[in-house]
Amino acid sequence: MSSATHPPVTQYDLKLALPLAGLFALFFIAPLVLLIIVSFYTDTSMTRFGLDQYARFLLDPFSLGVLGSTLWLGVKVTALCFILGFPLAWIYVRAPRWAQGILMLVVVLPLLTSVVVRTFSWIVILGRQGIINNTLLGLGLIDAPLRLLYTEGGVVWALAQVQMPLMVLPLITALSRIEPNLEDASAALGAGAWRTFFRVTLPLSLPGIIAGCLLTFAASITAFITQSLVGGGRMLFMPMYLYQQSSTLNNWPFAAAISVIFLIAVLGAVTLFNFLGRLARGTAEA
Amino acid sequence: MNGRPLDFGAFSFRLVMGLLGLAAVTLLIMPTLVVVIVSFTNSFSLRFPPPGYSLRWYAALGDAWQLQFAAWNSFTVALWTTVLAIILGVAASLGIARSPKWTAKVLDSVFMSPLVLPALAYGLAALMLFSLVGWSISPVTLIIGHTVVCVPYVIRTTVAALAQLDTVLLESSASLGASRFYTFRRITLPLIRPGILAGAFIAFMSSFDNVPVSLFLRDARTDMLPIRMWQDLEGKLDVTIAAVSGAMIALTIVALVVMERLTGLSRRIR
Repeated sequence: MSSATHPPVTQYDLKLALPLAGLFALFFIAPLVLLIIVSFYTDTSMTRFGLDQYARFLLDPFSLGVLGSTLWLGVKVTALCFILGFPLAWIYVRAPRWAQGILMLVVVLPLLTSVVVRTFSWIVILGRQGIINNTLLGLGLIDAPLRLLYTEGGVVWALAQVQMPLMVLPLITALSRIEPNLEDASAALGAGAWRTFFRVTLPLSLPGIIAGCLLTFAASITAFITQSLVGGGRMLFMPMYLYQQSSTLNNWPFAAAISVIFLIAVLGAVTLFNFLGRLARGTAEA
Repeated sequence: MNGRPLDFGAFSFRLVMGLLGLAAVTLLIMPTLVVVIVSFTNSFSLRFPPPGYSLRWYAALGDAWQLQFAAWNSFTVALWTTVLAIILGVAASLGIARSPKWTAKVLDSVFMSPLVLPALAYGLAALMLFSLVGWSISPVTLIIGHTVVCVPYVIRTTVAALAQLDTVLLESSASLGASRFYTFRRITLPLIRPGILAGAFIAFMSSFDNVPVSLFLRDARTDMLPIRMWQDLEGKLDVTIAAVSGAMIALTIVALVVMERLTGLSRRIR
């Protein structure tokens, strides 16, 4: 059926990808290469090459602290999303069809709502006259409004809400692929609900857990808007640090070095998660 | 199944899962509800619950020309971005989806990589490139930047739709004498259309909502809605923003319900 010149009818010519490949070469790969080159300039007028910008970042406790707190923020948000998101996905898979429709709307709507709008709602919730402070004051649990906005806890909860769909959707996919008989078999063999969960359900959904954690982690450490609006000026994370250096201070080489270090950190996390994912798929299929 | 009248393990397990799931649902819904309620306030503050209700902040939107201007810019850029993302993305998906070549796999990873890379770093990199080659910032540079970060959504859903396509249909069409183009137009395209639409919808929404790339690639003439809102929020807590948010949430819900009917959106973004 397939001649030497034409691929089979079920395939299309790879050349169809060329226009987009061209766009990516010019406007994605080239800028990133340029970013790396600029990061090796020693001065803001960009005349000499050297490792000064990297030395400036990697030997500076303040910069390292910003990187560390950004990654740590990602870990906390991912953990919170997992603890709340896994039960939600577990319930979704077992819910009747009509409830699944509602739950899916609840999960997908935040994903499509503007990030500025979602973040704005947290300003309303956490503010001095917000719902939490007014409830606590009304119940007489506190005498004066608590400072909830511009705290790290506030950032973690807001980011967890903003990124939760990224955790729940892969988990739903993974959980709905698990053969229900396996859990029944585990119960029939005398394992309790908790034991079945930890020995059967959780290991079998590991690929989904890893995919969800990767997406949540990558999204929360780069979430510029939520970090800056809920965190305020007191907390500095990598995206804002990068933006300040490039736009406010016009220090392109240092901003480029921050970007490259941040890119490497994100790629490192992606590689680690992908490696774990391959291990997990091996376990889940064995 | 279980004969014992009271199974403490099963009970406590279900209780914990139920409570955590309920907490998750509350966390997901509450912010949207709070914004919608606060947008109907009659006061000048974002106090919750509002002291009284009115439509005054929605009426105020009629005079908020800065926000209207930014919203129109965001809409045009998102529209162009979506058109480009569909044309380039669907062609690329057809090329890579069933190809056994290793280059197809490499291209796939490259096309998807804007999804995980920090978009702010890409925005800065793109600004550097445009200033190096001497292109001044314009809607064109903005649309190019947006297309790069939004095209992965179209590719993801289109490749998934192509992977589910039954090849027997294509082979029978060909064996009945249909040309490749006729088969594409009459068989392939109608079957993958929901996938393309779902991806295009997400690409549009994410372009409309994009901050990190726009932050570097826009100027005063191309003020974008999310950035305008962000800057308004940094400065003062303006209740007009609550009305904008309420309107955006309403539009998003309508679009979501329509797209769910048309394309089964929620199955395609998992």
